Amino acid sequence: MKAMTFTLLSEPEERLDLSVLTPTGISGLSLAQIESVRVGTSRKPAVVGDLFKLAGKDAENLIVEGGSARFDRVGAGMGAGSLRVVGNVGSQAGRKMSGGSLLIEGNAGDHLGSGMAGGRIELTGNAGDHVAAPLAGELAGMEGGVLIVRGRAGNYAGDRLRRGTVAIAKGCGDHVGYRMIAGTIVVTGKVGAMPGYLMKRGSLLFDRHPEALSPTFIPCGRPDIAFSGLFDRYLIAEGILDRPLFGNRPGKYAGDNSVSGKGEILYRSAR
Amino acid sequence: MQELSRNGVVIDDTFAEAFGMRATAILITAPTLTWARQAAITMTGFATSVIGCGCEAAIDMDLPETQTPDGRPGCRVMIFAMSTDDLQKQLKTRLGQCVLTSPGSACFAALDGTVRLDLGNSLRYFGDGWQISKKFGDRHYWRVPVMDGEFLCEATTGLTKNAVGGGNLLFLAADNAKALHAAERAVAAIEKVPGAIMPFPGGIVRSGSKVGGKYKGMMASTNDAFAPTLRGVVNSSLTADVNAVLEIVIDGETSDAVAAAMRAGLKAAIDLGPKRGALRISAGNYGGKLGKFHYHLKDLLP
Repeated sequence: MKAMTFTLLSEPEERLDLSVLTPTGISGLSLAQIESVRVGTSRKPAVVGDLFKLAGKDAENLIVEGGSARFDRVGAGMGAGSLRVVGNVGSQAGRKMSGGSLLIEGNAGDHLGSGMAGGRIELTGNAGDHVAAPLAGELAGMEGGVLIVRGRAGNYAGDRLRRGTVAIAKGCGDHVGYRMIAGTIVVTGKVGAMPGYLMKRGSLLFDRHPEALSPTFIPCGRPDIAFSGLFDRYLIAEGILDRPLFGNRPGKYAGDNSVSGKGEILYRSAR
Repeated sequence: MQELSRNGVVIDDTFAEAFGMRATAILITAPTLTWARQAAITMTGFATSVIGCGCEAAIDMDLPETQTPDGRPGCRVMIFAMSTDDLQKQLKTRLGQCVLTSPGSACFAALDGTVRLDLGNSLRYFGDGWQISKKFGDRHYWRVPVMDGEFLCEATTGLTKNAVGGGNLLFLAADNAKALHAAERAVAAIEKVPGAIMPFPGGIVRSGSKVGGKYKGMMASTNDAFAPTLRGVVNSSLTADVNAVLEIVIDGETSDAVAAAMRAGLKAAIDLGPKRGALRISAGNYGGKLGKFHYHLKDLLP
C-alpha cells in the first residue's frame, strides 16, 4: 500500500497546528473526514483539504510533501507509525512524542522533540533553540527515545533532559545540556558556551574539547573506560554517526559541581 | 545382539540420561582475551557440579573484538543451576567477587529471554552513589567507578528454562594415558559446539558417581561398576581389557546443543581409534526414570 501523502498546495496564511496528522490522529477517518480536519489556528481556521492534496491509503505511514516555518506541532504526540516531512517545520515538532519515527527533511523551529518520551526523530537540517527541552513551567524535558539533528542546533539543546539520546551533528549554541537531569547528548562540531551548565547527572559527549566551560566542571583525566567503545558502536549501529566519536580514552570533566556534580563531559582528547 | 562399533571402537547400546535445568549466559570482555578468559575462569572456578558447588559453569566460547558490544575481546560464560533462585544467587556472588574484581573487565547479557536475572542491577551499589545508569538502544547498563576506570555491566541478562544438564560420554581404555587422550580429543571437539559447556576440570571427570551410597547423607558415591580396581569384586561393567575410564559431562543451552556436543565428542574419540584412545564408549544413566532427556549413543554416531 502506498503511504498516505499530503502535498502542500500553497504557503499557509496562518500558523498551523499539524499534531493531528499522525497515524494515530487520522486512524479510522475517511478521506473526506481527514480533509475536513481543522489545522489552522486563526479565527477562520484552515482545514486539511484547503492546504493539502491527499493521495495514498496507508495511514500508518504518512508523508507531507512541502513544508513551511508555519507548520507547528508536526508529529506532536505521535505514538506509532512513521511520518516524513519533505520541507521545513515550525516549532514543537515531535513534542511529547512517545513512539514511531518522525523524519523531517528540512529545518525545524524551536522546541523540536520537546518532552518526547519515545520513538525517533531525525532532522536533516538545522534546529532552533530548546531542542528536546521542556516548555516553560514543565519539570523535565525529553524522557526517552532518540533525537538526531543532522545540522546545527540552537541554544539550550537538551535542557532538563531526563532520559534518551540527543545527537547533534554540526555543532550547537550555548548551554547545551542546561539543567540536565540524566540522559545522553552527543555533539560533533563546535559547542557553544557553558555546556552542561547546572547539569545534575547525565553525559555530554563531544568530539572535541569544549572551549567555554563553566569553572564548576573539574577535569578527571583520561580514564580508559569500556563505555566509550560501547557507545561508539551504538552510535554507528543506530546510523547516528558513521565513524567512532571517541576512540579510546576520552577526556573527562565532572560537573556541574554547583549542583550535584554527578554529570560528565566526555570528549575525544586527541584528534 | 550384534555389537555396534565404529573404526574399531565398541559403542555401547545405551544412553546418557540428562535433566532439565535453568541456565543463563554472560559475555565478559577485557582489554585482552587473556584477561577476559582470566575473569571467566575465576568466575567458573568451583562450579563443576550442582551437588557441591551450587551451579555448573564454564566458558562456552571466545569472541573476537568484532563480535562484542564494546569492541574488546571477550568470552561467553554459561551458568547452570536447578532453580532460578540458585542461579541468581550464584550469578550475583560470582560476578561480584570474580568479574567486578578482574582488571579491565566489562560484562554483558549473552542470552535473550523474558525472565531476567540481575547483573549490574545488583552490583551497582558497589558504586556507593557514584554509579551511572545508561539506557540506550533497548539496553540498560551500569557504569561503576573502580580503581582502573569503570566497571561497565549490563543491568540484566536472560534466563532459559529449556537448558539441559548431564549429557555425558564414558571413554573406556586400556590405560590412563589412552583414556585421557580420547577424552582430550572429545573435549577439543565439544569446545567448538556453541551453547554447550563441560563444567569439570578441563572438561573431564575421573570420579563418575552413582546415586546414593552406603553411608548416610551421601547423595552420590563412586561409580563402582566403572572402577577398574573393583572389576573382580563388584557387578562390573568393565571387561578385562579396560583399565581406565574417563567421563565428559555436558550441559547445554538446549537439548539440541547437548546432542550436538555428544555427537562431536563421539566422532572425535572414534576418529582417534582404539589403539591410541578408547576401546569402548559408553554413557551414564539411572535406568531412564530420573531424567527427562535421553541421548542414545547409536543415534549420535558419525
